Amino acid sequence: MKLNDEQQMLQDSVARLMADKGPVSHLRELRDRNDEKGYDEPLWHAMVEAGLTGILVPEEHGGIGFGLVGAGLVAREIGRNLSVTPFLSTAVLGATALAAGGSAEQQQKWLPSIAEGSVITALAVDDGAKHRPEAIKTEAKAAGDGVTLNGGKLLVLDAHVADLLLVAARQGDDTALFLVDPKAQGVTIERTRLVDDRNAARVTLDNVAAEPMADGAAALAAALRAGRAVLAAELSGLAREAFERTLEYLKERKQFGRLIGTFQALQHRAALLMGEVSMSDALAMQALDACDRNADDADVQVLAAKAKAARVALLAGQEAVQMHGGIGMTDEFDIGFFLKRARAGGETLGDANYCADRFAVLRDY
Amino acid sequence: MSDLEQFRAETRAWLEANCPEEMRQPLKSQADHCWGGRKWQFQSQAQKVWMERMADKGWTAPQWPTEYGGGGLSPEQAEVLAEEMKRLNARTPVSNFGFWMLGPALLKFGSEELKRQHLPPICRGEIRWCQGYSEPNAGSDLASLQTRAEDKGDHFMVNGQKIWTSYADKADWIFCLVRTDANATKHNGISFALFDMESEGVSTRPIELISGESPFCETFFDDVKVDKNQIVGELNRGWDVAKYLLTHERNNIGGEPPGFLKGRALGPLAAEHVGTEHGKLADSALRADIARLEIDQMAFQALVGKIREEAEAGQGVGAQSAVLKYYGTELNKRRYEVMMDALGAEGLEWESERTMGGLYAREWLRSKGNSIEGGTSEVMLGIVSKRLLGLPDA
Repeated sequence: MKLNDEQQMLQDSVARLMADKGPVSHLRELRDRNDEKGYDEPLWHAMVEAGLTGILVPEEHGGIGFGLVGAGLVAREIGRNLSVTPFLSTAVLGATALAAGGSAEQQQKWLPSIAEGSVITALAVDDGAKHRPEAIKTEAKAAGDGVTLNGGKLLVLDAHVADLLLVAARQGDDTALFLVDPKAQGVTIERTRLVDDRNAARVTLDNVAAEPMADGAAALAAALRAGRAVLAAELSGLAREAFERTLEYLKERKQFGRLIGTFQALQHRAALLMGEVSMSDALAMQALDACDRNADDADVQVLAAKAKAARVALLAGQEAVQMHGGIGMTDEFDIGFFLKRARAGGETLGDANYCADRFAVLRDY
Repeated sequence: MSDLEQFRAETRAWLEANCPEEMRQPLKSQADHCWGGRKWQFQSQAQKVWMERMADKGWTAPQWPTEYGGGGLSPEQAEVLAEEMKRLNARTPVSNFGFWMLGPALLKFGSEELKRQHLPPICRGEIRWCQGYSEPNAGSDLASLQTRAEDKGDHFMVNGQKIWTSYADKADWIFCLVRTDANATKHNGISFALFDMESEGVSTRPIELISGESPFCETFFDDVKVDKNQIVGELNRGWDVAKYLLTHERNNIGGEPPGFLKGRALGPLAAEHVGTEHGKLADSALRADIARLEIDQMAFQALVGKIREEAEAGQGVGAQSAVLKYYGTELNKRRYEVMMDALGAEGLEWESERTMGGLYAREWLRSKGNSIEGGTSEVMLGIVSKRLLGLPDA
């Protein structure tokens, strides 16, 4: 797939925005001061200004409806800079779920607010250490007009600053998303700082009143697909940056009286890493495009892209640390942040093994 | 109707009318391929008729200029022709090194005289070509080749030995790298020469591979006379032609390689042999290997698509061809490893009819050469690190 002019412009402007307003140094500052909100507020405001929070919100709800390729282009730059924003939780997962399965009223209420950046949403899916949306344990029981939820969630991105929780729960044989007010009685949110210093939380639901969506199953499926595709792009951007920083280092660092980049053992590893990074990126963009075109094999492509990107990002992070040698192990040096984010981003919404398993199921073996 | 749609309609009608029924089936094995040439024995009347009809249209070489026997098609028209042929499952009418390698070299570097002499017989399937590059002491270090061509006034006298000459025993002519200036630096004294394999002093000896087959030969030149006008490009500048062709050859990688696995999914094949439990392959480790391989293949294809698009947009493929060559061949080797895992004992049979004469094992073994021929994987990684990554020489 080839970027059209609009997508090309978006890519260029987002690359500048993220490099200027959301560099890796911000992640370090947020971490070091143990920031209460845990995300880069000035950057988030700049993204709102640029319309990026509404990138997946349909135009009739105040967004720009740019499609997943556009969201992927944003995510790729987030990955390159390790920018800390609620883009995934809110602009991708929240917006997609509500647009795909919200009632007219729910869409009216939330989508314009997402587009204008006045709310943050959090998707709560996993109720075990591993992502298994086919076997959700959190239960939804009918109660009057609504339902009551019971269960525990983890790896809920941005939950402690969220204005709305979208919770996956099982009602009989069906699994769907339900809307929950984070301040509702029975909701406990424990912020859990993760290895990558991003916002995540454990959420406990004890007889919590929740609001069904018009089609909560469709909302969940759409959010998972979009989230995985966008994460694949983020991880590809991250891998590309870790690779490029490492390549520069190979051209600077001297040992045995020569640049270490002259050693064939390292040259070949760098060449292999470049190939892997390029393939991960090409597949991620192709998968995003398949979603936008509603291609028959969009699900297969997204699972493949997420599996590939998760592995490649982790490979890039590991190779980056190894080829930087001792300095790569120090906290003072930034390269370790890429490895950390690769691990957490790879796990989010299904790791490489999960995605490969579902990929095989869809291909009938 | 646009011109291209018109062309599609006409092409479809012509193929329907002219492609014999027997030529509308996928190749059962490499042996069904039509190579053409003076020694070629057509396997059927249909194969002969199909080649001749396509040659009359110029469609054995769709994009070559019509004055040299080609079809004169634009890239878009050639794409349409390929799609329409695929729709019918129509076989490639004829193909050999003349089409893949010599033709592109002549079109870029050849004199008008050489183009007129050699291209039309290639298009008509009359002359089959082979390639004389590697020598026993010039493999990855190809430019150190020693086969020499001495200037004898009205001709060159060629002496030396080539190795890994594909089907040299079946080919009619050879394009060959020879040293024409023994005193020049390594890359500079080489020329790209053409001569008839029936010339006096040419002999060939097939090499049996680990697959039990002999697609390659050793080729010996003992005082072989070569006409002085049979040099492609400038004298002593043959390395430019060779380099161009190597890049061209690597560009062709990325499509699905021929062989048993072409168009075949490994999942169902494995299910036939290892069985299923709860709808999944019974061997969960094999299942994971297949999924991982297919994901990597999908990623590779996405990259191939991207590189091709960039090439069309004028950025050229250049050293990216080394990336394609590396991953294309390494993935193909992995495919055969996984296939052998899936087939189990059946894959080991070397002669039985049920395995088409040991086709699985033979193709598995043959695939090992993919990452050696046309530039080894290690040479490819060297090209990537120096030309794409700008890493310094030692």
